[in-house]
Amino acid sequence: MALLEVNQLSIHFGGVKAVQNVSFSIEAGIVYAVIGPNGAGKTTLFNLITGIYTPTSGTITLDHESIGGKTPNELAQRGVARTFQNLQICLNMSAIENVMVGAHLRLDRNLFLAALRWPAIRARDQALRQEAAELMRFVGLQDYLQARADSMPYGALKRLEIARALAMKPRLIFLDEPAAGLNTKETQDVDALVRKVADSGITVVLVEHDMKLVMNLSDRILVLDYGKKLTEGTALEVRNNPDVIAAYLGAHA
Amino acid sequence: MHKSAFSGLYLIMAVLLVLPFVLPNSFYMDLAIRMAMNAVIVLSLNLLIGFAGQISLGHAGFLGIGAYASAVLPTHFDWHPLLALGAGAVCAGVLAAVLARPIFKLKGHYLAMATLGLGIIISIVVRNEAGLTGGPDGMPVPAMALLGHELSGDKLWYWLTAMLLSVAIWFSLNLIDSPFGRALRALHGSEVAARVVGVDVVRYKVSIFVVSAVIASVMGSLTAHYVGFVTPNLADFFHSLELVTMVVIGGMASVYGSVVGAVLLTALPQALTSFEGWETVAFGTILMLCMIFLPKGLVPTLAAKFGKGE
Amino acid sequence: MLAQFLQFLFSGITVGATYALAALGFTLIYNASNVINFAQGEFIMLGGMLAVYFTQAGLALPLVLVLAIALPALVGVVLEKLAIEPVKGAESVTLIIITIGASLVIRGLIQVWLGKGAYSLPAFSGDVPLQFMGATLMPQSLWVLGVTALVVLGLWYFFNRTLHGKAILATSHNRLAAELVGINTNWVLFMSFALSAALGALGGILVTPITLTSYDVGVMLGLKGFVAAVVGGLGNGLGAVLGGLLVGILEAFGAGYISSSYKDAMPFVLILLILFFKPRGLFGGRSTERV
Repeated sequence: MALLEVNQLSIHFGGVKAVQNVSFSIEAGIVYAVIGPNGAGKTTLFNLITGIYTPTSGTITLDHESIGGKTPNELAQRGVARTFQNLQICLNMSAIENVMVGAHLRLDRNLFLAALRWPAIRARDQALRQEAAELMRFVGLQDYLQARADSMPYGALKRLEIARALAMKPRLIFLDEPAAGLNTKETQDVDALVRKVADSGITVVLVEHDMKLVMNLSDRILVLDYGKKLTEGTALEVRNNPDVIAAYLGAHA
Repeated sequence: MHKSAFSGLYLIMAVLLVLPFVLPNSFYMDLAIRMAMNAVIVLSLNLLIGFAGQISLGHAGFLGIGAYASAVLPTHFDWHPLLALGAGAVCAGVLAAVLARPIFKLKGHYLAMATLGLGIIISIVVRNEAGLTGGPDGMPVPAMALLGHELSGDKLWYWLTAMLLSVAIWFSLNLIDSPFGRALRALHGSEVAARVVGVDVVRYKVSIFVVSAVIASVMGSLTAHYVGFVTPNLADFFHSLELVTMVVIGGMASVYGSVVGAVLLTALPQALTSFEGWETVAFGTILMLCMIFLPKGLVPTLAAKFGKGE
Repeated sequence: MLAQFLQFLFSGITVGATYALAALGFTLIYNASNVINFAQGEFIMLGGMLAVYFTQAGLALPLVLVLAIALPALVGVVLEKLAIEPVKGAESVTLIIITIGASLVIRGLIQVWLGKGAYSLPAFSGDVPLQFMGATLMPQSLWVLGVTALVVLGLWYFFNRTLHGKAILATSHNRLAAELVGINTNWVLFMSFALSAALGALGGILVTPITLTSYDVGVMLGLKGFVAAVVGGLGNGLGAVLGGLLVGILEAFGAGYISSSYKDAMPFVLILLILFFKPRGLFGGRSTERV
């Protein structure tokens, strides 16, 4: 049963056809990677599915519901989470608060009750703080429980975004280049983390350039080039596909 | 938020309790009352500017709505002052709600411009409708009446405003560390991130705009009743600037910063009053120096120097 | 009927030209540094007030003009060096407040030095009004329009045809890239403030014979210039000029046909309406955020 189905999806920015007639489907519970050279349209594809952009044509269906053109917060309500290639961390807040924000939709957001220090809200907040701390440990940030976001290194912030996404208790999580800018050791940590996330039952879709990571982790891979779908298949199928090799992998394997 | 954050509140409350017995005469009482009132306004404005990261260069307009509602409705239409206060608040709230959606689609300088325009339009209307509002000379405001008793006298107003201030600080501290408050701050930190976790960004901006407009209106009404007189200066661009300055100098996104900013910038003009042109120069110089050397504002900068974290 | 219409049109275009110059000033500085210079209005005031001062001191017109333009330009540069450069990269609000502080300082100093009176300048070529299709046109208006047109043309040439001008434009599009190709962006900032102050001052001088000047004209003029710049789309030079003219004309028509006491409110109603339908001004481009 496909969780996410994308059909003939396209978006044009003026004359630039960033994504053209891309179709694929993602089963629930797998790790699905989207790869391709720079400029192939991977992040644009993410932005389309997560509501940042509106498609020019084509459909996106999540669990039989059409979601093309829905706003990011509507998608959040449907259990879709994502992280960003260019970090979007709230540097004005502490690390743990960033994670707590992820649980936004699960809490009572009433302004008046909050101002009055309503006990139910306080209690839930305490519980949430514990949960957020747990999530930070889960992603390996146990050293930063008391830290402010603006004092954390880049690698830690990338994992913080993942923790925030997990706080949404999503069923589908989009990771946009989770290993970008990380060294070998950090990349291995991300590899292990993504594995953990996938093992917990969340469907993971990732964009990544690090081929070792992609080949290790993914159940299926979509290859994009110049906004079009080049091919799709298992890791083995993709790495042996001559078109892919020609367009992208070159001598690497 | 840790318990320590509230210790500032307890300190302020202690000071407020002691102050009337320490202040030498009614001039200082008056000053204290004005400071407290400004502090409440600034706290509400800070929610918008410091926490939500939006900008409003026309907030005095909402003060004007409340003040003139409390002046005009009882005087010309025989409304009970409490009703007039409510009407002002409703009017300010509705105006904010109606204009908020189009305004908050704007970003940065465009947003600043729109709020500026709103404030100026209100102040011009108030200045022009002389028949109703007494025009540039202003008009007297009947005393506020509660349960048949007139509210007048320094002492009464002092305790009223002291209470309001304490409650306002308490509300603000509670709000910051709540789901609503975090969503607001996230909005400031990264709108994209806020959207992606499900925050209805526009709705939040609208709500906080409306809340701070309503609070400003109520405080405008109270100021009008306290002073007994209202002039269009209350609603003009300069006053809006003064308010923003109080927020920024005290420290954006700092509850106690708002109080400090209000206290300092209410006292300052008093200290400089006899110097006219020099007063303007001094005010401007202080603004510039503060922003160049203490861009985070007084309280956050001092807090960082005297010990890390909360 | 026609005469009245033309009358309003003339006075609208005349004052609109001043707004256009102010708007250009805002645009220049915004493009170079992303700062909204709330002291822009004070440059306009300085032009007028200094011109009055030097004229009353007995200096000849050409010298008066030079001084009344060069001195505000100097003030602009001082402002940039002392108050803007030290805080490069600060938040919008911080920068806005700094320029507001600067405007207060300038205004306060003039108030102390020259007092609160209103002053006028003798018109450049006499006071005899010209008749045109039943409407009266002051010769000074022609000066305002003519000089403004020349200035706008000059700026267009400067920005599009000279290397220095293009350097400034390049900086406004992408500061880092400009620095990397060897453009001295500090110089660009410096020039922008100087030029923008000079433009404002020029506008102030030109219009003083018609509308008088005093220590506090800067506030409204600056605000309306800001409105004009935003109407045209912040950062767009042509938009600034058209915005200025539009604001001036609408203000004149509003005052004439609707109500003169609400004259000052017109530009702001206009800006609200425009921003609601075109959030980036009339000519501001659409932009998408990269995530």
